[in-house]
Order: sequence, then structure tokens, then C-alpha cells
Amino acid sequence: MNRRDSLKAIGFGTLSAGLLLEACKTDNKKTGEEAAATPAAPEAGRQPFEVERDKKLNADKFFTTAEMATITVLVDIIIPKDGKSGSATDAKVPDFIEFIVKDMPQHQTPLRGGLRWLDLQCLNRFGKTFTDSTHAQQIEVIDLIAYPGKATPDMAQGVAFFNRMRDLTASGFFTSEMGVKDIGYAGNAPGKWTGVPTDILKHYGMENV
Amino acid sequence: MSDLQIKKSAETYDVVIVGSGAGGGMAGYVLANAGVKVLMLEAGAYFDPAKDSQQLKWPWESPRRGAGTTRPFGDFDAAYGGWELEGEPYTTKDQTEFFWFRSRMLGGRTNHWGRISLRMGPHDFKAKDGLTDDWPITYEEVKPYYDKVDRMIGVYGTKEGLENEPDGIFLPPPKPRLNELYIKQGAIKAGVTTIAGRGSVLTEALPGNKDRGACFFCGQCGRSCKVYGDFSASSCLVIPAVKTGNLKVITNAMVREVLTNKEGLATGVSYISKEDMQEYQVNAKTVILGASAGESARILLNSKSAEHPGGLANSSGVVGRYLHDSTGSSAGGFLPQLMDRKRYNEDGVGSVHIYSPWWLDNKKLDFPRGYHIEYGGGLHMPSYGFGSGIQNMNGAVPDRNGKKKEAGGYGASLKDDYRRFYGTQFGMAGRGTAIARYDNYCEIDPNVVDKYGIPVLRFHYKWADDEVKQAKHMQETFQEIMHNMGAIYGGPQGADTNYGLEAPGKIIHEVGTIRMGDDPKKSALNKWCQAHDCKNLFVVDAAPFVQQGDKNATWTILALSMRTAEYILQERKKLNV
Repeated sequence: MNRRDSLKAIGFGTLSAGLLLEACKTDNKKTGEEAAATPAAPEAGRQPFEVERDKKLNADKFFTTAEMATITVLVDIIIPKDGKSGSATDAKVPDFIEFIVKDMPQHQTPLRGGLRWLDLQCLNRFGKTFTDSTHAQQIEVIDLIAYPGKATPDMAQGVAFFNRMRDLTASGFFTSEMGVKDIGYAGNAPGKWTGVPTDILKHYGMENV
Repeated sequence: MSDLQIKKSAETYDVVIVGSGAGGGMAGYVLANAGVKVLMLEAGAYFDPAKDSQQLKWPWESPRRGAGTTRPFGDFDAAYGGWELEGEPYTTKDQTEFFWFRSRMLGGRTNHWGRISLRMGPHDFKAKDGLTDDWPITYEEVKPYYDKVDRMIGVYGTKEGLENEPDGIFLPPPKPRLNELYIKQGAIKAGVTTIAGRGSVLTEALPGNKDRGACFFCGQCGRSCKVYGDFSASSCLVIPAVKTGNLKVITNAMVREVLTNKEGLATGVSYISKEDMQEYQVNAKTVILGASAGESARILLNSKSAEHPGGLANSSGVVGRYLHDSTGSSAGGFLPQLMDRKRYNEDGVGSVHIYSPWWLDNKKLDFPRGYHIEYGGGLHMPSYGFGSGIQNMNGAVPDRNGKKKEAGGYGASLKDDYRRFYGTQFGMAGRGTAIARYDNYCEIDPNVVDKYGIPVLRFHYKWADDEVKQAKHMQETFQEIMHNMGAIYGGPQGADTNYGLEAPGKIIHEVGTIRMGDDPKKSALNKWCQAHDCKNLFVVDAAPFVQQGDKNATWTILALSMRTAEYILQERKKLNV
């Protein structure tokens, strides 16, 4: 079977590469949030225990409303809307974080405890929780924990918490449809790999390697 | 429980094969195509990549975004299984750290493997240093089978004429990605031979094969391929063998033992069906084990009888001994010169584009044998873990205004950093020869059974200085290559981690537990992988390996299994089995 026949076999027909890319995108409009909200159904290539497990995780709830509110503020501080794409909450990152802590319980205590640590910092400084503090006050505290190289030793637990939040926010955002588009990933589309494009080889002086 | 009884089949098959991976699949394919009536038992579920592969799914189609919570290599990876299986434990002793990866599915671990397809060389079968036992066969004897496997299954690569890295019959290799060009340049500058990868992916249509599609370069071989563009035993061997009408597969059949008669010959196997939890016995004139090095040894050791008191095929006492897995140690970093790089589809194939075969002379080194290096990097599909640890990267390079930045951060400038660093990362991993040692072994744990009541394996395995020094050498080599690349990277892993040497079993190349040899006192199988003690019993997985080279095991499993299956056909003609 040649390449065109093999693409036909999986339903890609004889579309051009550009059209294929578009087809792939429109075929897969389901966002992470919708996927998570849809009840798990038996599907090809998934083991029954995996389907059951996802169903249970989706039915469970871990974070309180107050905790989710704090997470929502934090993820948008980490990844805000800009000229190119929306914010972390636009990409449903809080929902992803709610799911992933149920999927990976090792995140639960560090996040729950870290959120409380953050509230205590704000209560001591401003007499208010993190979400009730002003944006300027929130940033004042975040600045103390967002830069591991210059944070003071008494902020170490906050730094560890913020590193984890930053990582989870990046995971959630850049694996969403919005984030994949933002980062410019151009694959997952049938084609033929013929090597690094000539103009790029030339740009980096790698033509003769 | 009063209903429990053993269901005995009246039918006698020509051959029963235990396991459907590379070894069992190849034996089944050869025998079924020759008209032999074969029954294949697989401990896991049915799996057809055409229907069951997660290929071309986007990260957001997984609620965990492709993370490896239930599947060690990620939510889209093909393997049904992992290092731990519910209800199927294994144990260790003497502070052994050993990890046993099992895939319970048609095709076994060949559904998700890295497709790196290397032949062992003349010095791997008969080493010049005399440190380990020779195989009872030479490269020249195996070469025709490697050739046939190349033609039948397909492998890409380049002819290099290297003495111990025999060339095959190659399809064109995929060209390197941009990061891999930097790696190649840095490695060659360090004196490390770096050539095109060798992988079982159909970079072009396979001549004469109408059932398999050519690769369309999604780089997702680990998910298994819907068009059969890469090698899985399910898609390329078992499913085609079933189509001959001569091979029947029973899935979810967990084999307990090989049954023998008063003459000590094999008469069939017993198994438990995971579907109805009933006990079954099936009869066959010949029994072939291809259950994996660990599982085949377990079955033999559990097959005790008056004629075979130490377990079947084990009068030598070597079954379970000489267990060895490849060594592994790795490193990685990022290329600052590739920041803000232009985007294009760089998925390529899901196996290695370039690699470094072992390039040094051991006379000048403080450890025996050697290792190869596998490389990767590029504009890959984001998944769980994307951008993680950016605080270790974004303080190391100037920002867009040429100013050094405080590491970590948040907000628009952090968001921009994720974009800037995308596609700059790379990794490299050494895979080396571990010495087969009598004292590294698996045995039956006297106290533990799995949920089917089958006694389980207990592992005893220690790395020796040879392997630790090899890992140290890998780390030093990686540092030099990364320096030459102009990369930013961490320091080498040191003595505290055994130089990053992975625990045995982690590389999933475990072999050697039912070794071949000419002397029945020192080996379990003869040079045809036929048991010395039981002439109608054969082993076709990686258990017969005497001493693995640094090469990944699959291509040799396929060649040896084909060779054994052809031997069985000859012996059947002579009415010997």
C-alpha cells in the first residue's frame, strides 16, 4: 500500500496537506472541558478499568469553591490573555487542574496546603484572603514567590507551590486547543517528512551537516 | 467453588504457542503459513492497531493531556500494562531493585516499542574478550534470517559497513530534525560515530505487501499504527496468520504450566481464562513458549513433574539464571540558538532518526563491551509536562531585549518564554551491554501467588562495576556532545546515582533466562531453541539469548523465532516432533 492508499484507509481521502490540516482541526473541536464533561463511554483502545476510572474521577470533586476561585485568579496571573491568545481560564485551565489532582493525588496536599499558605500570607499582610486582596496586593505576594533565584528563605514553601502552579498552568494551557494553536505546533497531520526545510537549514548554516 | 473443574479439550493441535509478541507472533506466522494447525494463547486482550490505536488524537482529547497515570508512556501509548499489574505481583530479594514491564494484549510489547531494529553483530555472538559464554550459533548462521525479517517486515537505515553493526536490507531513513543536526554535529566533533537510525517503519511502501500502509509521518509509533506502517506483532504477524485459517488465537488465557507425560514430553498446556475464570487444558504435539523472558521462565519453573522435578527443561538448573537487561543512562538540555524558531511539521517517524553505534576500542577503557546512543528533539506535540521547570531555563538566556532575566516569573513575559523555548529541547540516552551473570536471576517465590493462584517470580539482580563504569562513560560522552552543540545543560550525573544508571528492567530489554548452548549441563536449549530435556518444547522470545549486545532485542527475537519455526517444519517432515 502506498502512502496515499494508507491515508485513504484511515479516512483522509486524497486531500492536500493544507486541507488535511484544516480537516484535522475541524474534526476535533471538542475542548478538554467538553471531553471531561462528557460521560465516559466504552471506546476503542481503552481498557475497561480506564473508562471506569475516568468516570469516577469526573464525578468526584476535590477543590472547594473558594479554592477554585483562588486557582482561577492564579492561573490568569501566570498565563494572561495577550495579543496572540486568550488567558488560562479562557482555555479552561482551572477545570484541568481540578481533574489532574484527582488523577494524580500527589498534587493534592501541596496544592491545598499551598493555597492555604497563600491565604495566610495575605491575611497577615492585608487582613484579607488572597482573592479578597486587591490586584496590587496579590502581585505583591506573588512577586515574593515567583522568582526562585531571588526569593528569601522564608518564602521557600511559597516558591515550591508557585513552581507547581506554574507547571500545571503551562501543561493545561498549551495542551488545550487554544494553546496548541498559540505555540504553533504544526504536526499531527499526515504528510511526508523530507527533512528540515531548505530556508531553515540555510538560516542556521546546517546545510552540510 | 464447587463448580470449579478442569475443562480438557479433546482436540490436539499441531502446535500451541504461548504469547503473541515478536517471538510467538513470528513462530505462529511461519507455521500457519506452512499449513500447520496452531493454537496461540495470549494472556491479555485482543488488540488491532487499525481499530484500537490512539493515533492522531490531540492532547485535549485526553483529560490528563496525555500524562502517564494509567499507562507509563502516556495516555495515548499503546501498551495495556506497565511495571505493575493489578493482581499479578512479582517480588524481589536482597534489596534488589528490578522492574518488570508486561503488556497484556495481542502483540505484547511490540505495540508500543521504539521500533529501533538493530542486528547483533559477529562479536556479540562470539565476543573477543572471552568474558562471557559464546552463543552456540554465529552471526553468519543468523544472517539469512535477519535478511528475511528485513524483507518481510521492513526496516530503514543506511549501509555503513561497520564490522559489528551489520547492514541490513534497508528502506530509506528519515532525515534528521533540526535539533538532531546539532546533535550530529556535536557528536561527530566528539569523535562519536553518528549515523542514520535503523527502525522498522515503512518510510516507503514495503515491496510485495498489500496489507500494510506506508508511513505518513505522524511520529506516533508508540501509539501503534492504524495503517500498519510500523512493526507490531499484532498487525504484521498474528492478524495475517489468523487470515490463513490455520491459526486460532484465544485471548485472556493466562498459562499456568506446560503439561508433560511419563516420557517427559510436552503434551499441551493448562491455562485459566480471565473471561470465565475456568481452568482449561489444551493438547498439542509441540509446545512453543514466547511469553517473554520472565514469563516463559516462570512457566517452566512452575511446570514440575516426576520427570522434571526442578521444573521443565531445567535439569541444568539454569532456567531463570543469567537474566540481563540493557544498561541505560541519559541526559538532555536545550539549544539557545534555536529560540524563536520558525514552526513547521517536524513529527517525522516515531523511532530514532539518528543514532550512534558503539565506536570505541575497549582496550583503552576500564569496562568491557559498549553502548549505543539514541537521540531526539524537535517541535513535538505538546502534552502533560509541557514547559515544566521553565524556571530552570528562562534565567539562563537573555530576553528579547538582550537582558538577562530573573528565572521563573509569570504573566505576558512568561507566556512569551514558553513560545520562545518551544522546540529547543533535546535528549540522548545510552543503551549498553550488561554482562549476563549466573548470579542475576529470577526464581519462583515460595510464598507468593498471583490472583490466579500461579506462583510468581522473585528477582535477584545487582549491577556490577562493569555496568556502573559504562554509565559513567556515557555521562562523560553526553557532556562533551552537549558542550560541542552549544547547548545549555546540567552537570553530569555522579556516583550518588550510579551515573544515572537505570534500575535493571527499566530499559525493557530483559533477556537470557532460558539460555541456549551446546552443553545440556550448562544450558536449557540447544542451538535451535529446543529444550535439551524435552524435544517437543521450544522457546522463541528473548529468554534463549546467551549474551545480549548493546542492540535492542526485537530484531534478534524475530530472526531466531523464524529460524526455530523453520527448524520445526523440517523436523515435522522427518516426524521428529
